[in-house]
Amino acid sequence: MRRTLFESLTRRPFTEKLAIPIDPEIARMAAELDVKARHRLGRSLSLRLVDAGSCNACELELNALSNPYYDLERFGLRFVASPRHADVLLVTGPVTKNMREALLRTYDAMPAPKWVVAVGDCAACGGLYADSYACERGADAVLPINLRIVGCPPSPNQLLEGLLALIAS
Amino acid sequence: MTARNPSLTDPFARLNGRIVAEHRPWPRIEVQADIWIDAADRLSHGILNLLGLWGESQAVHMAVADTNDPNRILVLSLACPDGRYPSVGRVHPPAIRLERAVADLFALVPVGLPDTRAWLDHGKWGVHAPLAPPQNDVRPDEEYGFLPVEGENIHQLPVGPVHAGIIEPGHFRINADGETVVRLEERLGYTHKGIESLLQGADLERAARLACRCSGDSTVAYGLAFAHAVEAALGWSPPVRAVWLRALMAELERLANHLGDVGAICNDGGFAIMLAHCSVLREQVLREALACFGHRLMMDRIVPGGVAADIDPAGAARITALIADIRRRFQRLVELYDTTASLQDRTVGTGMLRPALATQFGAGGFVGRASGRRCDARRWPGYAPYDELDFEIPVLEEGDVNARLWIRIREVEQSIGLIGQILAKLPDSPIRTENGGSLANAASEGMAIVEGFRGDILAWVRIDATGRIERCHLRDPSWFQWPLLEAAIEGNIVADFPICNKSFNCSYSGHDL
Repeated sequence: MRRTLFESLTRRPFTEKLAIPIDPEIARMAAELDVKARHRLGRSLSLRLVDAGSCNACELELNALSNPYYDLERFGLRFVASPRHADVLLVTGPVTKNMREALLRTYDAMPAPKWVVAVGDCAACGGLYADSYACERGADAVLPINLRIVGCPPSPNQLLEGLLALIAS
Repeated sequence: MTARNPSLTDPFARLNGRIVAEHRPWPRIEVQADIWIDAADRLSHGILNLLGLWGESQAVHMAVADTNDPNRILVLSLACPDGRYPSVGRVHPPAIRLERAVADLFALVPVGLPDTRAWLDHGKWGVHAPLAPPQNDVRPDEEYGFLPVEGENIHQLPVGPVHAGIIEPGHFRINADGETVVRLEERLGYTHKGIESLLQGADLERAARLACRCSGDSTVAYGLAFAHAVEAALGWSPPVRAVWLRALMAELERLANHLGDVGAICNDGGFAIMLAHCSVLREQVLREALACFGHRLMMDRIVPGGVAADIDPAGAARITALIADIRRRFQRLVELYDTTASLQDRTVGTGMLRPALATQFGAGGFVGRASGRRCDARRWPGYAPYDELDFEIPVLEEGDVNARLWIRIREVEQSIGLIGQILAKLPDSPIRTENGGSLANAASEGMAIVEGFRGDILAWVRIDATGRIERCHLRDPSWFQWPLLEAAIEGNIVADFPICNKSFNCSYSGHDL
């Protein structure tokens, strides 16, 4: 253990400088958010994820945001365990009918002001499951969506790009 | 008990029926109810092992293997024109949830099934039995009856479907006496997307994309299982280079998932440094996958007839360098685990799964192998190119969190070895063929079993004369692992539930479909 810790002191960090161009479409969506409310929160946001029927690929990439390469928390973004602590609700999956109620209850438990981000193609538009008897057609069939981060799944860089647009001044 | 002596009698003896000629590679027979019941009986005596049970309109199918020779596989089909069939779960508990799911989707009633509660159907679909022919009444949205727990001082902890972390949704009803779990009951189905319904009538390209999205962490394994099943049905041989590239992707996927799991299990034991280091290794695997195959998780890279991405010599060199680096750094992390007594205090003796139970349920993957079950679909029944590769299948008897962690550690080492061998032997050829064989004028059926990181995935397809999917069933290894988590947690403290759950790491999406 000592050796591993010591090595970490002398080695350069894994964490990478961010060089992500913000996609104009993402910037446009972010600009539409309520600017005043955003200023009240400063450059810090608490995120709460609800998997509304994803295949788990989006969760894997969201989890990757916390690894040392991306280190999400250096940007003031952090995942919280309770919706009552959250500013932003991330939704993955096409919103299965079996998850609809749990998703709505989670949203209702969040204090205002709050935003919803659809993460991945399924949440953005229903994906491959749009015509299923068991699914709504994505998150905006159930909740007001402020931002879409597309991809199947979106890469950690795409996720960062979208999430940082929320706090860009 | 019958007088049958399992060591002397052929487990398949007298399991007779009409052989379905278009089913490959293993035989499928259409049987009468008495043979079906006989097979269920043999499952309950452990002579046969249940591989899967699925429905279709007015018929049920059950895949079984000889317990002593898992290369011998048989599919039994029973017509049920009146919508009823003799329950297998009545005598063989591993079939219970499968039969409940079949009842939800096809309205086929398993006669004698002890648990008739709906499983996937939560009463929200707006349609009853969506895959049964005439769609009519809706299941009423009624309260789900959890199993009762009696006794003084028992309290209930409802957990989920929305969990605290970034994980999939499912509900756990924990009944505890103080800190001790008396009963855990799972309720799943929250991620049910209707994949089997969407597969019906899909062309092969769309169907392959759906199959790759059953469980995102096993997208390569699902793609492989689906491709194998389709190729078996159509007598379609992928080029040799594709076969080897598939194995390369499958081992990279296994490596990435095991690395992630080792870190996450230790993190659930309060040892965050392991997660940090393992997640760096996992990230490096995903980045090389992106560089070599164009997608971090290698989604949609395995397709019927071959693969959709090739690797150039520079890519092969990068992966060679990657595995050399991981081998060196992972060894250090294993030492760290092995010398941290405070962490092992959380893992040793925690979440014990008895070998007898793992055997009864035919649990695959690290769950089965950590509880003494010698199984691995790469070897039994086996598929190319693993017959030309040298690897060991680690097996432990203890069945606790520690054993499941060590199986993963050993499998990381084996996968590193396999990747090296595959790169050294990678043959030259095209990577994809069009279906040269006569795309039959009649329906054709195929089945496949492949080893994902979590265990054996079963894929079964029937392709109609126009080349579209008529029926496809994909059975995740989690079907036979989720119920065992309920058993493994019993008597443990509530605070150990996360580490037990992570050590199983069952799929929600792959199970719920």
